[in-house]
Amino acid sequence: MAFTFAAFCYMLTLVLCAALIFFVIWQIIAFDELRTDFKNPIDQSNPTRARERILNIERICNLLRKLVVPEYSIHGLFCLMFMCAGEWVTLGLNIPLLFYHLWRFFHRPADGSEVMYDPVSVMNADILNYCQKESWCKLGFYLLSFFYYLYSMVYALVSF
Amino acid sequence: MYPPTGCYGAPPQQQSYPTIPAHSTPAPHKAPITNSAHSANYYQSNHQQQQHHHQLPQHHVAPSQYSAPSSSVPPSQPHPTLHSSVPPPSNAQYNQQQHPPYATPGSYYGQQSYHSQQQQQQQQPNLVPAPAGGPGAPLYPIVSYPSAPGSSQYGTLSSSQSTSAPGVPPTQMGAPLHQYSTSRPAPTTAVQPGYSVAPTSQLGPTVNGQGSTVHQHYDQSHQASLSYDSYGRVTHSSGGADADRPPSGTPSTSVHSSPGHHQGVQYGYVANSGASSASATTSGPAAAPLSSSSEDDDDDEEEDEEAGGDTSSSSTGSASPVPNSYDSLEGGNYPDSMPPSNDMTNQAAPYGSYGYPSMEPAYQQGPASHTDSSPSHDLYSQSSYQQYSQPFPNLSQLSAALGGLSGVPELEVEALRPVNLLQERNLLPPRPLEAPEPNLSPDLKKVNCSPHTFRCTLTSIPQTQALLNKARLPLGLLLHPFRDLQQLPVITSNTIVRCRSCRTYINPFVTFLDQRRWKCNLCYRVNDVPDEFMYNPVTRSYGEPHKRPEVQNSTVEFIASSDYMLRPPQPAAYLFVLDVSHNAVEAGYLKYFCELLLDNLDKLPGDTRTRVGFLTFDNTIHFYNLQEGLSQPQMLVVSDIDDVFIPSHDSLMVNLKESKELVKDLLTSLPAMFSQSRETHSALGPALQAAFKLMSPTGGRVTVFQTQLPTLGAGALQSREDPNQRSSTKGVQHLGPATDFYKKLALDCSGQQIGVDLFLLSSQYADLASLSCISKYSAGSIFYYPSFHYIHNPAQLEKFQRDLERYFTRKIGFEAVMRIRCTKGLSIHTFHGNFFVRSTDLLSLANVNPDSAFAVQMSIEDSLADSSLACFQAALLYTSSKGKRRIRVHTLCLPVVNQLSDVYAGADVQAVTCLLANMAIDRSISSSLSDARDALVNAVVDLVSAYKSNVSNLQQSGLVVPAAMRLFPVYILSLLKQKALRTGTSTRLDERVFAMCEFKTQPLQQLMRMVHPDLYRLDNMSDQGALHLNDTVVPQPHLLHLSAERLSRDGAFLMDCGYVFYLWIGKCCSEVFIRDVLGCPNYASIPPNMSHIPELETPLSERVRAFLDWLQDNRAFSSMIHIVKDDASAKATFFQHLVEDRSESASSYYEFLQHIQQQMSK
Repeated sequence: MAFTFAAFCYMLTLVLCAALIFFVIWQIIAFDELRTDFKNPIDQSNPTRARERILNIERICNLLRKLVVPEYSIHGLFCLMFMCAGEWVTLGLNIPLLFYHLWRFFHRPADGSEVMYDPVSVMNADILNYCQKESWCKLGFYLLSFFYYLYSMVYALVSF
Repeated sequence: MYPPTGCYGAPPQQQSYPTIPAHSTPAPHKAPITNSAHSANYYQSNHQQQQHHHQLPQHHVAPSQYSAPSSSVPPSQPHPTLHSSVPPPSNAQYNQQQHPPYATPGSYYGQQSYHSQQQQQQQQPNLVPAPAGGPGAPLYPIVSYPSAPGSSQYGTLSSSQSTSAPGVPPTQMGAPLHQYSTSRPAPTTAVQPGYSVAPTSQLGPTVNGQGSTVHQHYDQSHQASLSYDSYGRVTHSSGGADADRPPSGTPSTSVHSSPGHHQGVQYGYVANSGASSASATTSGPAAAPLSSSSEDDDDDEEEDEEAGGDTSSSSTGSASPVPNSYDSLEGGNYPDSMPPSNDMTNQAAPYGSYGYPSMEPAYQQGPASHTDSSPSHDLYSQSSYQQYSQPFPNLSQLSAALGGLSGVPELEVEALRPVNLLQERNLLPPRPLEAPEPNLSPDLKKVNCSPHTFRCTLTSIPQTQALLNKARLPLGLLLHPFRDLQQLPVITSNTIVRCRSCRTYINPFVTFLDQRRWKCNLCYRVNDVPDEFMYNPVTRSYGEPHKRPEVQNSTVEFIASSDYMLRPPQPAAYLFVLDVSHNAVEAGYLKYFCELLLDNLDKLPGDTRTRVGFLTFDNTIHFYNLQEGLSQPQMLVVSDIDDVFIPSHDSLMVNLKESKELVKDLLTSLPAMFSQSRETHSALGPALQAAFKLMSPTGGRVTVFQTQLPTLGAGALQSREDPNQRSSTKGVQHLGPATDFYKKLALDCSGQQIGVDLFLLSSQYADLASLSCISKYSAGSIFYYPSFHYIHNPAQLEKFQRDLERYFTRKIGFEAVMRIRCTKGLSIHTFHGNFFVRSTDLLSLANVNPDSAFAVQMSIEDSLADSSLACFQAALLYTSSKGKRRIRVHTLCLPVVNQLSDVYAGADVQAVTCLLANMAIDRSISSSLSDARDALVNAVVDLVSAYKSNVSNLQQSGLVVPAAMRLFPVYILSLLKQKALRTGTSTRLDERVFAMCEFKTQPLQQLMRMVHPDLYRLDNMSDQGALHLNDTVVPQPHLLHLSAERLSRDGAFLMDCGYVFYLWIGKCCSEVFIRDVLGCPNYASIPPNMSHIPELETPLSERVRAFLDWLQDNRAFSSMIHIVKDDASAKATFFQHLVEDRSESASSYYEFLQHIQQQMSK
């Protein structure tokens, strides 16, 4: 039974990982909402609906964008902590995602004003599909890593 | 698409309708425009509102004039109560008239719909522009007779208004769908007889029938159109669309006529191409576009609204881009109308490069020999190809004969013939390339959508994504959904029949399982045929749902019922936002804008509810109170640009009819008002915010004129262009917006149904990349006039004037949404164009105009193996300028194939090029320009290698591509040399960005002319293969490759670049040509900046002008012509379009091919 820094890291990441899972679930719901616009197809063509719908898209995109930095920084924090704790294996597992996040964050369109989830383009099906897939993949990754962290935490606590 | 007679089974009536009289008549009934009488009282409520005087906000600096207006009165809703109080006179009569005697269930149906319409009227008075109870507006003497037996709602026609003699204020009965059958004396007596054919119950191809008609005569200027009503009526009752059909046996008529022609068309009903050609005939090419435009417009609008009247509706003055091929493809009715394409091919030599005809001299390979533009290649002229050398018409007949899904072998084989690009150098067909015809059965071909409206990159859809990937070609659609059509069936019915699961509109490609059920062609669901649909208004028979116009035409327009609107349709509202800073005054555009608007004030599309407003800005924002009753316009200045507010809500956007005098006053005084302006700053952002606030209640169109970089308030921009980087070969920076202010504002605008059109007239960098966002996402259009100056740059000024004229008068649709559906298994994933994507298949278009096009990319999600056809349907729901909700539906049907060779055979090289251009633009903004260029080059490399490895079994070295794609490398090379994508040549950032915007929004034909201009030699035009239009002969010179080696010093060459023509005169050009065409004695005396062709009486001049007019006919914006002398410095602009030659920074075509070959061998 040893409460090492590593164990602390795992406990913390466990909590944060749960938060990430919530983020991702929220994203999935948001994309779903973006995608399913139709309640009533006739209604959809209504000019008055347009305003509502556009506001909705903008709102969702804004929220999505607000979540980007927290999510990425939390994940960055994981990597930092695992590095400090010397948990190289865990770090190795997270590094690919870290690089992906960095790429995603910096490889943005040339205009620089919008990171991603640009309301004017997010509804293009390829972008939406991509985002949705990304969210599902991340959800899987976070879920797996949640259990992995749980296991590692217990392992770290129990060993010695 | 417009079914030829054969399709209907009924022979066209042979009465030859005197179309010509129709034409000649418009003059008599064109009444002077005297609307003033009835303009009166739409907005009485406004007056009351004025009493609510309001305290002005403190922070608002108001000049002395600014006292009256009330500031916070809620925006007046147009025509609120008035309508109800003024019972539309027509109603009562409507009621009576519609008692179709026929006892068939159909009649029941007709009646039913009628009643419901009535209800609609009553419930929503707004919808019905009731006659203004203006002084002296008499009720129309409406004599409505029961329609001819059997005329149901469809069969009838509204009689109504035409009686109103000129001078009677136009009240109109706009009740949406009445149809009267009528026999009211029409003013246009001259014409009437021709049409007053007795009803015959032929199975008319008519769409006429549908008639729902809405006659809205808003003012007198529309008188002319009354006559149409009457035709329509008659036609209706006669049930025969044929009424308008041109007399058969006039093969030489062709459709390429001058813009004036649509009148003819309008009369003519019809869903048949025949009609259009007839109309074409009637109109003389001589009709000057401008002069005709006014009536056209009226007609157009009228027709539009009255739609049902007869079917053929709108065509605007500028005519659809390429009527000819439209006809030829859609019309089907070859013998009758003989579309020009056939014409040409009939008389002219068969396609040179297609045919390899034996009659041509054998083509020697090698550079020396290709001076001849119609080569026959020895190489290929072996026997196997000779069979294809028949003249085209035979081909089409043949294909019809052989047609069917089994394929049209010769077309296919020809399209697949491998072409070795390195050896074959004469690739261009003698005439501009037409869209490939999908390999469908003749029946389907006949009804298929026009390629000008709807075009797919692959006219044979691969069965699976794997096959598509193998082909290395992009799959996508190019749409021009709102283009001006020469004929359009308009349908009114109670229930618009749609698939219950996917909401597809019923179309010609559905299958009827039996009389009561139809199977959707997109989702394969089996639906019931509603009772109403069982009745066919055209034939007036029951139980023939497959003969309904919806099922006979792949382009139709429905008048939507109230289900499709939540709020009453908005009135047409136009706000003009004008830059009046020092820079703008220097450029001098304001005077021309005002003049043109004054001239076109009556031609702005709209009705009695039309609202206009003006707003000017420099470092402050000026509003204009134009409230009726003022003696002169009042200017209200808001100088607080950080927090813009609207000083008066009800008097800034005013009813055009009521305040016309004030508007005219304002337009007259505006140029002088700011002539002394010294203010150099520009508060564009705040002005746009003000415009947004002003327009929010109604939506509408905002037209912004800007002459410099916005420097004040929200949305201020800095100059980002580094002139030294203009010719950089590395990347180009700043292609994206610098701020998201404009994008956000555009989204707000889009939400309020406001479209923003931008005219940028800047001589300096104005950051179009940022500014364009305001139009891009609000479905606006962008116009750019670099170095505009009213004295120093007459060419730009003229272009500006022409564009503006078209802009003011073109059709407009408000509050539009467009949905594109495709067969199950296909899915759309990316959209290109100006709009906001509201849902994965729904585009939100605040405004839709007839000149913008869209592109979409698709992927194949599920295998299409279980069906042999793939269909695409674009439905555009919009509010017309007359306040009607309408749905325009286009359906395209294409075969599905499972062989790679078939995919290549059906590839549409122009569509592929345009789609790739769109993708490249996206790529250059999201990634970088060099990426985009590489991607384009790779597209060629991929295609060639894919073809080599998968299809071609020839062990040929070199670059082998299928014949269908033989122009692909040339087009890609041209793309790379366009302003948008070129590197190494000095290009201003704004011009580059503008070129990119153009790529995204221009219709395919126009884009192709810009990318790869058409080059003709004019000095030795022969009459061989000439078109005969009416009495003019339009010579058809052959296309030349864009290379200087095709030019010669003793010739005169015309280059058609879409927006501009260049006429290049060689140094040794024959003096006869110079004298006869240009009116100059010799080469030296040609003035350097000549920009028109004088109207000389010489045969040569007439031919040249006929050819130019003919080229011009097909496009929306009239093009300028520049005469370029060989020695003039201006020749650089001409030579830069010779894309096959090497330029300072780009390779020649041959080098490009070698580069491709190198890339392949890697």
